[in-house]
Amino acid sequence: MNKIKGKIVDENSLKLKKGELAKEVEELSGENLFGCYQCGTCSAGCPYIEEMDLTPDEVIRYLILDRKEVLNSKTIWLCSSCFTCAERCPRDINITKIMEALRQIILRKNIDKTKLTKLTKEEKEVIPQLAFVCLFRKNVG
Amino acid sequence: MKLLYYPGCTLKTSAKNLEKSAFCVAEALGHEMVEMKDWTCCGVASSLTDDDLMHHLAPLRNLIHVEDEGEERIVALCDMCCNTLKQTNFRVKEKPDDLETLNLFMDRENDYKGTVKVMHFLEFLRDEVGFKTLKKMVKNPLKGMKIMPYYGCMLLRPREVAIDDAEEPTIMGDLLKSLGAEVIDNPFKIECCGSYHTIEEKKLVSDRAYRITKFAIDRGADAIMLSCPLCRFNLDVRGKEAEKIYNNYKQIPVYYYSQLITVALGLDLKNCGFGDHAVDPVLLLKKKGVFENKRE
Repeated sequence: MNKIKGKIVDENSLKLKKGELAKEVEELSGENLFGCYQCGTCSAGCPYIEEMDLTPDEVIRYLILDRKEVLNSKTIWLCSSCFTCAERCPRDINITKIMEALRQIILRKNIDKTKLTKLTKEEKEVIPQLAFVCLFRKNVG
Repeated sequence: MKLLYYPGCTLKTSAKNLEKSAFCVAEALGHEMVEMKDWTCCGVASSLTDDDLMHHLAPLRNLIHVEDEGEERIVALCDMCCNTLKQTNFRVKEKPDDLETLNLFMDRENDYKGTVKVMHFLEFLRDEVGFKTLKKMVKNPLKGMKIMPYYGCMLLRPREVAIDDAEEPTIMGDLLKSLGAEVIDNPFKIECCGSYHTIEEKKLVSDRAYRITKFAIDRGADAIMLSCPLCRFNLDVRGKEAEKIYNNYKQIPVYYYSQLITVALGLDLKNCGFGDHAVDPVLLLKKKGVFENKRE
């Protein structure tokens, strides 16, 4: 069964050769994906785990198995870089940076997650400014 | 002592009360917070990809401006700003090559020499003022108030820039004890409040606020104390909205640490800007008779 329902990017159009996605993530994040021994500590402590389609350790597994549909996972956009997983990983893998690398791969193809025009006036007036700067940094290329 | 201060966007707009109350506390302690010249946005989310130096420019430019003023320390009130400035400071010290690239990129600024220490105001209170000194100055102890300290993410993680232990922090609890309040512990104190999802995923953030607060309430807390303007908004405003989702749930007041110090030191309440909160913070203070409390 396919766990990933959304579609933000057509992963086949990216023309990634075998193993290239994992390599690119490793280059961007500076982390060793293959060091992960799938203990699930990252997923156990993640505050957004209930909303995620793939758990953070599954994301790493998908990357290792070269399953490019991981790029359409909700998980990478739910991660708000709270660093809990990075702090707790027994293999000292910074999963937060892996999530950022996946976001960047999409954003650098000029695909934005957040459509700026959809933000309402009410939101702009009430919500603290730093939330917007943060959202734009994470979801807009 | 003069404290050079970096405000950031939110302290000048939706968290004026945090700035004002912190200024008032600093003044009472004999320090003057002076806003740094030519500050710009810090960028909020520190760059997490190794090849992306561009997003270190804004924080670095601010650090250079601190050096230009001849200061070696910059105090931040916003957790996010403090974290971002610290992460850039850490990166350029760890990787001198990156610093060289960044310095070369900037034309008008002087080169960054790496002499600045970034400090959160809470850190300053703990390390330089000392909670013992603060305790001696308390006029209206927060006796009878059961408060849960909420740390969030940016004070504690990543470990290179943390101001306290990532799993079992004590700084806010110690502060609360020195003000005379009872500390309610809660495992959710170090969990994310929902952060910037508050713009696009309101329900998700309301759920987070509910989970964090409900646990605190079940443990007997009647208020939350925190330091980050975005955490305040999420727990206070989105938490208030959670009342419509969850039956019999009532959001408890959320205070900045600086506001509680202002109250405990018996300083002018006008500095607290309590009117900006969604859940009235004054009501609880009156109910608990904090203003009538005297030192024993």
